[in-house]
Amino acid sequence: MDTVIVGVDNSDASTRAVEFAVERAQKNDWKLVLVNVIPWSPFSFNTPSENDERHAQRKKELEFADTQIIEPMLAIATKGKVEAESAIRHGSSADILLDFVTENKAIHVIVGRTGDSGIRNAFFGSTTSRLIQHAQVPVTVVP
Amino acid sequence: MNPVDLFTKASEVITSIVFISPEIAGVKVPLIVLWLVICGAFFTVWLGFMQIRGPKLAIDLVKGKYSDPKDAGEVTHFQALATAVSGTVGLGNIAGVAIAISLGGPGATFWMILAGLLGMSSKMAECTMGVKYRNVRADGTISGGPMYYLKKGLAERGMGGLGKVLAVLFAIFMVGGSVGGGNMFQSNQATAQITAVTGGDNSFFADKGWIIGIIFAVLLGAVIIGGIKSIAKVTEKVVPFMAIVYIISCFIVIFANVGAVPSAIGSIFTGAFSYEGVSGGFVGVLIVGFQRAAFSNEAGLGSASVAHSAVKTKEPATEGFVAMLEPFIDTVVVCTMTALTIVITGAYKDPAASELGGVALTSNAFETVIPNFSIVLAFAVVLFAFSTMLSWSYYGMKAVGYLFGDSPLAERVYQGIFLIFTIIGSAAALGPVIDFSDSMIFLMGLPNILGLYLLAPIIRKEIKGFYARIQSGEIQPNDAAASKAARQG
Repeated sequence: MDTVIVGVDNSDASTRAVEFAVERAQKNDWKLVLVNVIPWSPFSFNTPSENDERHAQRKKELEFADTQIIEPMLAIATKGKVEAESAIRHGSSADILLDFVTENKAIHVIVGRTGDSGIRNAFFGSTTSRLIQHAQVPVTVVP
Repeated sequence: MNPVDLFTKASEVITSIVFISPEIAGVKVPLIVLWLVICGAFFTVWLGFMQIRGPKLAIDLVKGKYSDPKDAGEVTHFQALATAVSGTVGLGNIAGVAIAISLGGPGATFWMILAGLLGMSSKMAECTMGVKYRNVRADGTISGGPMYYLKKGLAERGMGGLGKVLAVLFAIFMVGGSVGGGNMFQSNQATAQITAVTGGDNSFFADKGWIIGIIFAVLLGAVIIGGIKSIAKVTEKVVPFMAIVYIISCFIVIFANVGAVPSAIGSIFTGAFSYEGVSGGFVGVLIVGFQRAAFSNEAGLGSASVAHSAVKTKEPATEGFVAMLEPFIDTVVVCTMTALTIVITGAYKDPAASELGGVALTSNAFETVIPNFSIVLAFAVVLFAFSTMLSWSYYGMKAVGYLFGDSPLAERVYQGIFLIFTIIGSAAALGPVIDFSDSMIFLMGLPNILGLYLLAPIIRKEIKGFYARIQSGEIQPNDAAASKAARQG
């Protein structure tokens, strides 16, 4: 059974990407790994109080990602009777997705074209092009 | 008596107590400055000259080479260091250096650098303790700093009673320091620079500095009382950029006078040991250099330990190594750049130099090469001042939180007082402001360093233990650890 990585976030494009992936997974007997990346850099400049609250803030981010993103996206896979795992990570979206490709020996990456806007933006914008440039496996971008 | 006169009077009294200066070789030597420098020297020897052996490890830690990938999303060594540095790099680096050179000549630079190098060890000691004894609340928020290691650390050593007293004293002095050096001095110098670029004595602000003070107070109030985090966030992001602009400008001035570099460096070395033209001679130069370095990098004062303790690490010593870079960046790099700029352009030779004091002297030095640089400098000064005030209001809040058990009322009262002093700082003359801010900030060094001496065995065990495990390979960098696992798997 081949593994395919799907980048997910809190957007409609992400839902479409997962639906697309589930449909192909049914036909090709794929296992899906749904990955949500919370944008984060180890080299940012923070205020002292941001640093103090960081641990608590991170917990909230992980809870949000779990209940608001991963759960509904996994539900789509379950409904389609497709085997799926999930993961939430902090970091740079493209790099993390590429790490998952290597770790899981995945054959394909599927992402939505645009991410959710606001503070949690920039998921798929430049991420998509970076992903395409660096991926060693085919990348499908779902509009 | 109006508030400014009252403040001037109070400042004189406090200063005379803090800066008790017996005469040594005919020169008045403030004991408190010696206290800080001896602490740096002691820990340099006690920890085995880590400022020479440790920088590579410190840089690897900052790069994240030893961070657990599972900790992504937590506070990194880089972030803790950057936050602490932006609280430290401020007017001490621009105005303080100018004051040192105007009083002590180019030679003061030499002693500033030496004090910076020694300060690396004090900083290492206090930040290691800050992480080891920090408080982590149930929700994961962190409070750290000398109050906690004085209380918990000394209790571990069977000196719980003394620890509690020192912790409370430290917290009181930190509240004072936050209001003085962390606030009044900053708003004072920022106001001076704004006045200078808007026409000096003819400036609209010449006798209305309080207007600028009120603007500062409103912006600060919006952040610390109003909770408008965006102002603080923008400041944190712009400050590093401004620091880079400042350093590049220093380089421009230095390169424009490249022929004068050897003689400038020469005068820094000869001036360090010569007696000429400086009140107090050799010891006078030394003291003025040490004093300004301590005020700039805050090593031994304990303040940075509050900011550093938020880092995510299993080994307290890691943050000690990282924190060691702070006095290096602040004093050895940034202060030296300012000093070279002032010495190389000869700006300090202006007979009015000691009258000018502070930012104005630095500004004159830049103006000899870069016209209208005073405007750029004004932006830098205002930004640095603002970010330092933000950091110190936070330190002060932590101290008040410690003293009053996180009472919201006490915190509100403190915030109000802090903002009033922001305004007084912009309205009062330089002299009393500097004296008061020095007194308050240096006082923090008393309980803090006494505590560090008493905790010295624990500090050494942490630092040397960690360093030995790095040397022996027991602790591997994460990429090596990963590839090792891959080979075995």
